[in-house]
Amino acid sequence: MAAKTLTIDDKHLSAEEGATLLQAAKEAGITLPTLCHLEGIYDVGACRLCLVEVKGLTKLVPACTTRVAEGMEVLTNSERLRKYRRMTLELLFAERNHICAVCVANGHCELQTLAYSLGMDHVRYEYRTPRWGVDHTHRLFGMDHNRCVLCSRCVRACWHVEGAGTKNVSGRGARAHIITDLNQPWGEADSCTACGKCVQACPTGALFHKGATVGEMVRDRHRLEFLVTARQKKEWITD
Amino acid sequence: MATRILIDPVTRIEGHAKISLFVDDAGNVEDAEFHVVEFRGFEKFCEGRPYTEMPGITPRICGICPVSHLLASAKAGDAIMAVEIPPAADKLRRLMNLAQFVQSHALSFFHLSAPDFLLGWDTPQAQRNVFGLIGANKALARAGIRLRQFGQEIIEILGGRKIHPAWAVPGGVRSPLTPEGRERIRHWLPEAQATVQTAFTLWEQTLATHQRELETFGNFPSLFMGLVAEDGTWEHHGGKLRFTDSHGRVIADQIDAGNYPTVIGESVQTSSYLKSPYYLPLGFPAGIYRVGPLARLNVCSQMGVPRADAELVKFKRLGQGAVTSSFLYHYARLIEILAALEYIERYLEDDELLSSELRADAGINNRRGVGVSEAPRGTLFHDYTVDRNGLLQKVNLIVATGQNNLAMNRTVAQIARHYIQGRGKIPEQLLNRVEHGIRCYDPCLSCSTHAVGRMPLHVQLIGPDHTILDEVTRGDDAPLPAAAPGAAT
Ligand code: SF4
Ligand code: SF4
Ligand code: FES
Repeated sequence: MAAKTLTIDDKHLSAEEGATLLQAAKEAGITLPTLCHLEGIYDVGACRLCLVEVKGLTKLVPACTTRVAEGMEVLTNSERLRKYRRMTLELLFAERNHICAVCVANGHCELQTLAYSLGMDHVRYEYRTPRWGVDHTHRLFGMDHNRCVLCSRCVRACWHVEGAGTKNVSGRGARAHIITDLNQPWGEADSCTACGKCVQACPTGALFHKGATVGEMVRDRHRLEFLVTARQKKEWITD
Repeated sequence: MATRILIDPVTRIEGHAKISLFVDDAGNVEDAEFHVVEFRGFEKFCEGRPYTEMPGITPRICGICPVSHLLASAKAGDAIMAVEIPPAADKLRRLMNLAQFVQSHALSFFHLSAPDFLLGWDTPQAQRNVFGLIGANKALARAGIRLRQFGQEIIEILGGRKIHPAWAVPGGVRSPLTPEGRERIRHWLPEAQATVQTAFTLWEQTLATHQRELETFGNFPSLFMGLVAEDGTWEHHGGKLRFTDSHGRVIADQIDAGNYPTVIGESVQTSSYLKSPYYLPLGFPAGIYRVGPLARLNVCSQMGVPRADAELVKFKRLGQGAVTSSFLYHYARLIEILAALEYIERYLEDDELLSSELRADAGINNRRGVGVSEAPRGTLFHDYTVDRNGLLQKVNLIVATGQNNLAMNRTVAQIARHYIQGRGKIPEQLLNRVEHGIRCYDPCLSCSTHAVGRMPLHVQLIGPDHTILDEVTRGDDAPLPAAAPGAAT
């Protein structure tokens, strides 16, 4: 595969054709904030936290879904980007109900970690405090819509790693939310194999093991990564 | 341009303890009402949440006794799961509760009440606080602060965080005591025990010089309630409910936590957000009962540990049947610290506290679960109803300060009666005494825990025709009115 040369934040580098800007940046040791990206699963560019500036484009583009191109000049940490990231993050917090102090993911939450690392000390937007419920019908897992950021990582893990296709996104805009099967209680979703991959995939406290209390949802993402790599490399097939 | 903003303490009436004194035609105080503005949104707020989250949420009801809410909440969860928790988990929860008793009682005795005993009622407020105590008796003040820290240290060793440890969970606890933690406790324990001895000496002197307070600071017949073991031994986390009357007779015994509605009624006072619970068979307000240290020592027959048992014998001699003066809450608190330290000492020899079998697992087996535990201030109830999936449908909390509300009213009335006596005015020396009368109960109101400065008070004297005869407001930082010469009585 042909290599492309480009610059990211004045660093000259080469990346494989077809690689995303996020991958190229990572190789060059540049970290970008991400939320909907999950190693091992394809990207959808849902959260807009990894936005970067590309010279010659007026629009900001998500690094996780933009492929490298020859001669590209990319900025990852401009004033403009920092401003937008802060804004995006604040909007994520304002959209639902995040009360970290009592949350199962407290201390192990990607959204919370981003807030710390981007220096978000307050939210400038009015909290919408919507009334979302908790689905506690599944034997093993619970879903608290109040903490969902609609990153769709659970949906992708469910469809493309487990292959069950239980989880989906329903509704638009502020009404968008994660559903199971045909918008049934999770406990009644026949397609669910109770594998728990969605729970491992979730970056926040929205999906959790039932019975988990404050700060107890520590996830092991490597399991998902391991599964994906093992399948791609056909590690389980012996002859 | 410089702007000066003046904040008048009188306008901050919200944070004040509001007291209404009702007088009869002769101008004598008939009744008193201590109004408490307490935030009650919690019970509603929790509806729809998984019950497993409650041990994380409820400690935030009150920053003053988070451990008590944590433990009662975890117990309510145990009841919903219908499990018996592993023995090690039960001991560990007890250890944390004992530590909470030590730290809370030490704060109440040394920081909040000792300045009154030692420095005198009419010492200007600028000195009648923990700083004044440091000035007068530095060693004592320091020992008191260290005793409180000892309790906090144990809570931190177990729960990891001093405040709001979400460590107890439905089914047990999250982590055991570590051998290092145990050594830290062992090392500190002798100093804590020595401090309690000092406190007992101080208390003996106080008692000898405070006979009037013994008579007027809430000395009246009432019922008492607390948890006791099956054989009547003092309890703080397990056991069942017992009621005794002012003659010391047991009138109800071994009531299961879940059956509390058969003995406790709740009347909601319009003048206050606190619910006033009463002993149901006697009705309201005849069923007035007290909870907390005084009540626990009245209802139990022994402490179960030798040194505290010796003190209990002396304590019981102060009453006929039951010890009825609320001024003796202070003494009861010291005996409970002593007992707590003795029990902690026992646990240091018990290797089960290092066990890793700590958490029972189960689904929803009961749709309703009641958790009852003794908080330092008195019996605490958490009553949860959940749906089939474990989401909360109804939450009822009964806290110690609510249960003592009626007794606090009586105490305030009694003190006021003694100092007002037909004068139609609120005398100056009344405020400090009313403040102390309320402090006997160590109510968990943020306004009562101003370690420095006065409890903000707003006292009204109300005539038979509802006219306000006199009114005094005192902020926690308002200048002190000059004491009239000879006013100290
Ligand atoms: S999901 Fe994350 S950000 Fe949201 S409440 Fe939980 S810890 Fe906080
Ligand atoms: S439940 Fe979790 S993984 Fe799924 S969309 Fe919401 S935040 Fe993302
Ligand atoms: S990580 Fe790229 S848009 Fe979410």
